[in-house]
Amino acid sequence: MTESEDKILILENVKKYYPVQKDLIDQVFAGKHEFVRAVDDVSLYIKRGEALGLAGESGSGKTTIGRLSIGLEKLTEGKVTFDGIDLSTLNSEELRKMRKKMQVIFQDPMASLNPRMTLGAAVRQGLKIHYPELADQHYDMVLNMFEKVGLTPPLFYYDKFPHQISGGQRQRVVIARALITRPELVLADEPVAMADVSVRALLLDLMIKLKEEFNLTYLFITHDLATARYICDRIGILYLGKLMEIGDLHAIYDNPLHPYTKALMAAVPVPDPRKRRTEEMPEGEIPNPINPPTGCVFHPRCPIARPDCAEIVPQLEEIEPDHFAACRYIER
Amino acid sequence: MERETLVKVEDLSVTYHTRIGPVSAVDHVTFEIQKGEILGLVGESGCGKSTLGKALMRLIEPPAEISSGHIIFNGEDIMQYNEDQMRDFRGRRTSMIFQDPMTSLNPMQRVDDHLVEAIQVHEPRTNREQALERSKTLIERLGIGLNRLGSYPHQLSGGMRQRVMTGLGLVLNAELIIADEATTSLDVIVEAKLADQLREIRDEFGVTLLMITHNIALVAEMADRVAVMYAGHMVEMGDIYTVFEKPLHPYTQGLLGSVPSIELNDRDELFKMPGEPPNLTHPPTGCRFHPRCQYAMPICSRLEPDLIKTSSGSLVHCWRYQDHPEKTEKTLKA
Repeated sequence: MTESEDKILILENVKKYYPVQKDLIDQVFAGKHEFVRAVDDVSLYIKRGEALGLAGESGSGKTTIGRLSIGLEKLTEGKVTFDGIDLSTLNSEELRKMRKKMQVIFQDPMASLNPRMTLGAAVRQGLKIHYPELADQHYDMVLNMFEKVGLTPPLFYYDKFPHQISGGQRQRVVIARALITRPELVLADEPVAMADVSVRALLLDLMIKLKEEFNLTYLFITHDLATARYICDRIGILYLGKLMEIGDLHAIYDNPLHPYTKALMAAVPVPDPRKRRTEEMPEGEIPNPINPPTGCVFHPRCPIARPDCAEIVPQLEEIEPDHFAACRYIER
Repeated sequence: MERETLVKVEDLSVTYHTRIGPVSAVDHVTFEIQKGEILGLVGESGCGKSTLGKALMRLIEPPAEISSGHIIFNGEDIMQYNEDQMRDFRGRRTSMIFQDPMTSLNPMQRVDDHLVEAIQVHEPRTNREQALERSKTLIERLGIGLNRLGSYPHQLSGGMRQRVMTGLGLVLNAELIIADEATTSLDVIVEAKLADQLREIRDEFGVTLLMITHNIALVAEMADRVAVMYAGHMVEMGDIYTVFEKPLHPYTQGLLGSVPSIELNDRDELFKMPGEPPNLTHPPTGCRFHPRCQYAMPICSRLEPDLIKTSSGSLVHCWRYQDHPEKTEKTLKA
C-alpha cells in the first residue's frame, strides 16, 4: 500500500476567508476588502480507518475545516484530496456522487431531520439517490440499519416521525441515515454535544462499534477534549483558524507541547473533586479573526511568549513521532 | 465544616398544569443550603433542577405552580411573603444568573446603566454617582475594566457579559446567588476563569452559591456539596468528596460512571446506563428510577422510598439503604 492510498483525506495549505459584509460607503472609504480568516493555512491528513479529532474553542475554524473536507464549502486556497481525487476538479454532479462515500452527522438531530418525513423515509432517501438500482431491497436495508444503530424493534420506528422519539434516538436515526450509503469517511460535527451524559455515553459507544463494523474513518469535530479521548486515535488542536498541535492522541494528552494546548487541557474540569485544577488560566479571550495577531496568533495570551513571537509565524514541526506542534519555544 | 443553614426547603413540589394532566416537575423535595457554601445541583434535562432553582425565588408562573411546601430563608418562610416583600427578596437578597447573558441583559442599556438601575430599584434614594462609586470596586474585582462601563452588551464577549450578570447579582450584597447553567454557553478556558472568579467571590464576600448544571465535572471542580435530581426527585445529596468517591444511589453511580474524563487511564470505558429519563406526564410508580435500575426489587415499583440519612452523612432516596424493605412491605399488606 502506497503512502497516498493509506491517507483517505489530505488537506494541503487549506485557507478559507469569508468576506466581511459592509455597506457601500464603508467599502469606498476603506478601499480594501476585509476577511474573516476562518481557516488559515491548515495541512493535515486522515489515515483510512482512523478517527481524527479536531478540537478548539468557538471560532477556531474546526467546523469550517470539516465542511471544506467534504466539499460543502469552496476553498479560498489550497487543496483537498479525498481517496486520491482532488475535490476541486469535480463538477457538482461528480461531487454529489462522491458524497455517497462521505457522509455527515451534525449536532442537532431535530434540525437535521425533516419533521414531516417518517424516520424510515428519511433514511431511505440516501438509498434512493445513491442506489436506485437496488430499489426492491431498500426497505430491508433500512430495517437492517435501524437494528444496527439500536433502534429496535426496527418496525416500531419505521413509520414514526422525529417528534415522536427522544433526542438520543433521533441522533441514532441521523447516524443510520449517514451509514446507509456505505460511506468511507464520516464527518461528525459535535455529534453528542446536545445529548445528556448518560445518553452521550451510549451514542459514543455506538459510534465506536459502528466504526469497527463498517470500517469507517471519522473526522470528529468537538469542543470537548474529554469526549474526544474516547473515540479519537489522533487529534488536532485549532486556534483562530490555525493548527497549534496535531498527532497521536495519547502523545498529545500525556504530553501537550503547545502552550495553548496546555491551557486548553488544564481548563477541562476532571470529574474528581480530589483533582481540582491549580493552574492559572490565560488572560483575555480569542481575538477577532478579521485582524488576527501577527506572528504566532496565540502570542498575546501566551505565558511563554517572547518578543519575536509577534513577528515570526511558527510552523508545525514534528517534535516526536506523530506529534507536531507549532511553537518556536517548546521545551524539548 | 459545620455551617449555618441559609435556606431550608421542605416538601417542595412544583406542578405544571398541562392539557394532558398535571406534571410534577419537582416532587416533594426537601433539602438545605448552608451559608457560604457552593452547592452543585445536577441532573439531566428535564429532571427539574431549573424549575427547583426558579421555585426558590418563587418565579414559577402559570400554568405551573408551587403546589406544596415551604422555603425558609434565614428563618423566614418566603411562601408567606407578599409581592412587595418578594420584589425586595429577589435582587437584594437573592440573585440569579442564567445560561444566556445576552437575553438577560437589556441590549439598549450600557453596563453602567444596568448597575445603576439594579441599585436604584432597591434603593431609590441613591443617585447615579453614588451607585457607580459603589459598584466600582466590585466591577474591577470581576475583571471588567472600568473602560467597559460604557459598552453595550453586544460589544462584550460572552465571558464578559456573564461577569456583568454576576456583578449585578453582587452589587446589592445578595446572600444567595443561583447560577443556572451560567457557564454552559462559554468556551472552556473562559468557563474555567469564571469558575475561579465565582469561587473567589464566595470566599471574599461570603455569598452562598447554588450552581445548577448538567456539567458534573464542573461541580466536582467547584462545589462543596452536591445534590442529584432524577425525574423531579432529589435522589442523593452529600459532601462532594463522599458522593464522588462512594455514590450510593444507583442513578448517581450510573451518572458519575458515564461522565467522560480527560485523564487518560482514569477510566477506559464509560458506564452505559440503559434507557432514558421518563416522561413526567406518566412517571413510573414507586421509585421513579426503578425501570432503569439494575438493583430494582419488587418494592421499588410499588412504593416511594424515604430520604434516608446514611452513616456517611449523605442523604439517599433508595430502598437499598432503608431498613428491612420487606418488613415495610408486609406492614403495608397487613
